[in-house]
Amino acid sequence: MIALSEFLILGALLFCLSVAGIFINRKNVIILLMAIELMLLSVNMNFIAFSHYLGDVSGQVFVFFILTVAAAEAAIGLAILVVLFRNRRTINVNNLDSLKG
Amino acid sequence: MESVYLGIVLAPLIGAIVAGLFGRQIGRAGAHWVTIVGVAISFLLSLVVFKHIVLDESAAFNGTVYTWMVSDGIRFEIGFLIDQLTALMILVVTFVSLMVHIYTIGYMHDDPGYQRFFSYISLFTFSMLMLVMANNFLQLFFGWEAVGLVSYLLIGFWYKRESAIYANLKAFLVNRVGDFGFLLGIAAIVVYFNSLDYADVFAAAPLMADMTVRIFAADEWNLLTVICILLFIGAMGKSAQVPLHVWLPDSMEGPTPISALIHAATMVTAGIFMVARMSPLYELSETALSVVLVIGAVTALSMGLLGLVQNDIKRVIAYSTLSQLGYMTVALGASAYAAGIFHLMTHAFFKALLFLAAGSVIIALHHEQDIRKMGGLKKYMPITYWCMLIGSLALIGFPGFSGFFSKDAIIEAVHASDITGAGFAYWCVLLGVFVTALYSFRMFFLVFHGPERIDPHAKAHLHESPAVVTVPLILLAIPSVIAGLLYAGPLLFQGFFGDSIVVRAEHDVLAQLGEGYTGALGFMLHGLMAAPFWLAMAGVGLAYYLYMVRPDLPEKLKQQFLWLYNLLDRKYGCDDFNDKVFAGGSRAAGRVLWKVGDVTLIDGVMVNGTAYGVGWLSGVVRVIQSGFLYHYAFAMIIGLLVLLSWFVFA
Repeated sequence: MIALSEFLILGALLFCLSVAGIFINRKNVIILLMAIELMLLSVNMNFIAFSHYLGDVSGQVFVFFILTVAAAEAAIGLAILVVLFRNRRTINVNNLDSLKG
Repeated sequence: MESVYLGIVLAPLIGAIVAGLFGRQIGRAGAHWVTIVGVAISFLLSLVVFKHIVLDESAAFNGTVYTWMVSDGIRFEIGFLIDQLTALMILVVTFVSLMVHIYTIGYMHDDPGYQRFFSYISLFTFSMLMLVMANNFLQLFFGWEAVGLVSYLLIGFWYKRESAIYANLKAFLVNRVGDFGFLLGIAAIVVYFNSLDYADVFAAAPLMADMTVRIFAADEWNLLTVICILLFIGAMGKSAQVPLHVWLPDSMEGPTPISALIHAATMVTAGIFMVARMSPLYELSETALSVVLVIGAVTALSMGLLGLVQNDIKRVIAYSTLSQLGYMTVALGASAYAAGIFHLMTHAFFKALLFLAAGSVIIALHHEQDIRKMGGLKKYMPITYWCMLIGSLALIGFPGFSGFFSKDAIIEAVHASDITGAGFAYWCVLLGVFVTALYSFRMFFLVFHGPERIDPHAKAHLHESPAVVTVPLILLAIPSVIAGLLYAGPLLFQGFFGDSIVVRAEHDVLAQLGEGYTGALGFMLHGLMAAPFWLAMAGVGLAYYLYMVRPDLPEKLKQQFLWLYNLLDRKYGCDDFNDKVFAGGSRAAGRVLWKVGDVTLIDGVMVNGTAYGVGWLSGVVRVIQSGFLYHYAFAMIIGLLVLLSWFVFA
């Protein structure tokens, strides 16, 4: 039997990995999107683990919602990415700084 | 009688309003008719009042016509106090004003501001009447300020002249200094007497005689002395006493009729009148009387000396006015209030006469005022000549003329007085007589006798002035001659003023003089043997010698005593001092406040500083806002961490 704590550690590791992906990645917006997906998945991992160990299915229901939202978000994110690429001819994160004042 | 009193003040006011607001509709003739009729009504009603109060010896009227408000027990009212003093004053004011109104028709004939001028002088008459008829300090102050305002308007009547604007501003500012003291005096009265009414204050004054107040630190001051001196500071401003005299010579920038009406006969006497009216207060303070006496004496002599070096005909008379106001003030200081008021009256007549005669000369010479460019006018202007002679004789106190009685009474009164400073004042006024005669006849000889130095262009049109000018001269010449003969006895010695002037027995110098009084003729005979007469004659003689026999001598004397001449020509440096220290100091202070306070502190630090601060802060904040997504994400994570650690560890 795998202990709950090991799931939680895995979730935390995945979360840290995705956060690091957001910071350290200076190249590609697609990687950024993937990192966000990974972040959501790590949270899902926690939900599933708690659901299983506490015998409460509502955690798994949440996971479905999150997966749905993540799919929609990925669709919108990729669409924005396409438009962005058309306009700027680049998806290099280092070049995308027009949000500054 | 109340409606009569109201009529006296309201008739000139209505005239002023009609001429001022509807001047264009009623035209030039309409303007002078409406104002002259207004003042004439006022004059006739004043005669009625004079008969009622003085000749019929009715009781004095003291009543309120309108209550403005009552605040904390203090009543703010408009009311009239009509006693012998007021009756005499309104008669003098309305008579001189009427003469000046008529004279103005001739003098201002070609002036575009004709209606405005009539409106102003009527308004002035109203203000002056409000002042002298007041029965409370509020109304006194109203009249006081109103005459100041009209004076300002009239000095600057020719508002396109730079010098006139300078002069009226100067008059206004110097009067503000005096009014500051006056207002403080009234405030002190309100605080300690809790009333603005003359009667209440006078009744309560003897009880307050020993009361003291603290002004600065631990000094104890007698309350009444403080009040009297503060009020007298107001009188110094209005009656042009040293050192607040500087505005009066400059006020000659105004048209001549107002020089006669305001700056010789009436407004400048407001201070004298006020002190006489406040005699119940002044009598209780020896110190205040001494101050009044010394200031008056200094003014009487020093201002007379300045008249010796002036070359503007109006300025000679202006300095003479200053000097004569000094005489009146001296009389007040010596507790000879009746003599002061008597001199005020005779002076109003002969000084208005002198000014109007000078104005007659000025218009005949096409607005030439320099006496060095006159001379020999006697044969061209006989009426003006004789009027001027009468005025000058009255001014120097030639026996029989009105000025003789009033001035001699003052000199004798000061001689008899034993108040502190009386000895000094006696010598000042005695020397003043000599100086008065010298400058009066210097001007007289230079204008009417000797070689003609007239501009040839003006000489071609030289003729006697029209009747509207000469008739007022003649009408003013009559009282200048006889007022003294008729009224010297009653006014000075026979209790004319009744209860309106209060003199304490130990101060009553006029009563001492009255013991030896044997009628006007005796007074004259006595005067012939006294020093003032011989001093005056010496002055006239010296003037004759210097300007008729040896016309080259004055210039030599001037070269010999150049320092003295310069001192007098620069008016003892008073103007320079005021310009540099007060005007210059104020301007420098203003500049410092402007540069440091306004430009640097308010605009620089507060207004622009705030803007710069915000700009600088945004510049700093903008660096954080890099536009890179990962920076924002990092900031979010950091924030999250901080919050988490807060919840976990706190």
